[in-house]
Amino acid sequence: MAKIQFQHEDGSLSVVDVADGTSVMRAAIQNGVPGIVGECGGQAMCATCHIYVHVDYLDRLPPIGVDEEEMLECTAAPKDDQRSRLGCQIAISEALDGLTVDVPTRQV
Amino acid sequence: MTRHVVIVGAGHAGVQLVDGLRSNGHSGPITLIGDEEEYPYHRPLLSKEFLGHQASPEMLPLRSPTFFDDLAVEYRAGARVVSLAPDRQLVTLHNGAEVPYDDLVLATGSTPRELAFEMPQPEGVHLLRTAAQARLIRHDLEQAREVVVVGAGFVGLEVAALVRSRGINVTVLEQGDQVLARALTDQMGKFLLDAHRQAGVSIHLAESVAELLSQDGRVTGVRSTSGLTYPADLVVVGIGASPDTRLAAQAGLSVDGGVMVDDLLRSSDRHIWAIGDCASFARPGVVGGRLRLESVQNATDQAAALAKTLTGEPTRYSAVPWFWSVQGQLRLQIAGLSAGADLTVVRGEPDSSRFSIYCFRSGQLVAVESMNSPRDHVIARGLLSGGVRLDPCDLARIDLDLKSLSRLNPPDKAESTTRPHELSGDL
Repeated sequence: MAKIQFQHEDGSLSVVDVADGTSVMRAAIQNGVPGIVGECGGQAMCATCHIYVHVDYLDRLPPIGVDEEEMLECTAAPKDDQRSRLGCQIAISEALDGLTVDVPTRQV
Repeated sequence: MTRHVVIVGAGHAGVQLVDGLRSNGHSGPITLIGDEEEYPYHRPLLSKEFLGHQASPEMLPLRSPTFFDDLAVEYRAGARVVSLAPDRQLVTLHNGAEVPYDDLVLATGSTPRELAFEMPQPEGVHLLRTAAQARLIRHDLEQAREVVVVGAGFVGLEVAALVRSRGINVTVLEQGDQVLARALTDQMGKFLLDAHRQAGVSIHLAESVAELLSQDGRVTGVRSTSGLTYPADLVVVGIGASPDTRLAAQAGLSVDGGVMVDDLLRSSDRHIWAIGDCASFARPGVVGGRLRLESVQNATDQAAALAKTLTGEPTRYSAVPWFWSVQGQLRLQIAGLSAGADLTVVRGEPDSSRFSIYCFRSGQLVAVESMNSPRDHVIARGLLSGGVRLDPCDLARIDLDLKSLSRLNPPDKAESTTRPHELSGDL
């Protein structure tokens, strides 16, 4: 199990505990965290699970794949070259315990 | 905004509409009626990961378990609407309960076509539309040695690729002379046919099912129209779907192979709307002036548009259609509609399976089919929604920066005409 913190624009914080292997996208959907959509069900085909990862966690993330990188051009909210990732491509693990992400203003 | 909205159908469109209504400020009652007991789920996964070893129940739900309660929405699961009375503004459920509405939204989806054989069919023959059907297929896959897939459409090819990736022999029978003939250019169809065959999927074109063979009530094979017998201990039928228009037709609404709606998604009854697979909607510029699309994008974008209309901001549905299909390692994305294309231009590296096919009709870009090229797809959506004028000749330039083009404003009305040149590339 590990904790993910979703920081919202209005200052509120959603903290969820999820089983290892759960993607950040699925963690948000399962727990009703607002602002993450995941229209394609986690296949890196829709870019509606866009998140900005907190700088402290960047080096612990799985490497970004070519498909994910290209789909990030599609996000409704501006892409941050350093911090933007697709939530469906990041699986939680103990190494990522406490992962903090900012939820973008919009996904569609 | 205080009107009672009743939505028939708890698929992608229905659930997105619930979401959109509340987020656009609808404060009146909302009732969502779904005929499955199961919590609303992601349908595209059913022909992909959900059939695989890593399938898990958590991958399916469209929202959190408390979604309906949190939004004060009444969700009636396992409830089938059997009739609609527009004059009384109510629907009747299978148990006789009547549900009155101020606005009714039909989001009934489509139902899969079945093989035209007498029932009951032998065990081991499955359609694939619902999560329950997907579970049956996945269960049978545990023991299957030979799978026959009937139909080389999106569902058929996705299932075939998944089955092959599980190391099981699979044969696809397609009655037409190309795969995905309705949806794709010949070039992309040919590419997919070759790629699947290279991956070990047997695909037989111009073959239909003449007879299901069985022993002790269980399928053992398929005899085709050409007289061949294909052994099978599991048959998955993916031969298309028809829009579910029963309620609309019975209630006297205009139906034409879809519940007919205008571009505000309103039916021939001013209190009844239709979205998603079941809706045949007005779209200027397409042949026939109407479209019906079976895709997640269409369902969710129509739901979003209707949510605005129902909360006081009439919104014409004009979104550029887009679509994806993951068939094993082949990741296909389509922007726009390629029907009627008279010119295609290929860009990319077909040899490494990364390329896009740009489809023009009368000199206008109408669609882009992308294989393993998400960047092309994303840019294509920008080009199509921006109405950007693209000269097919320009696509021949190696240095063309399509991404910057896609940010241009729509062109001026006064323009010189451009003659398209024959530029079809080889794959």
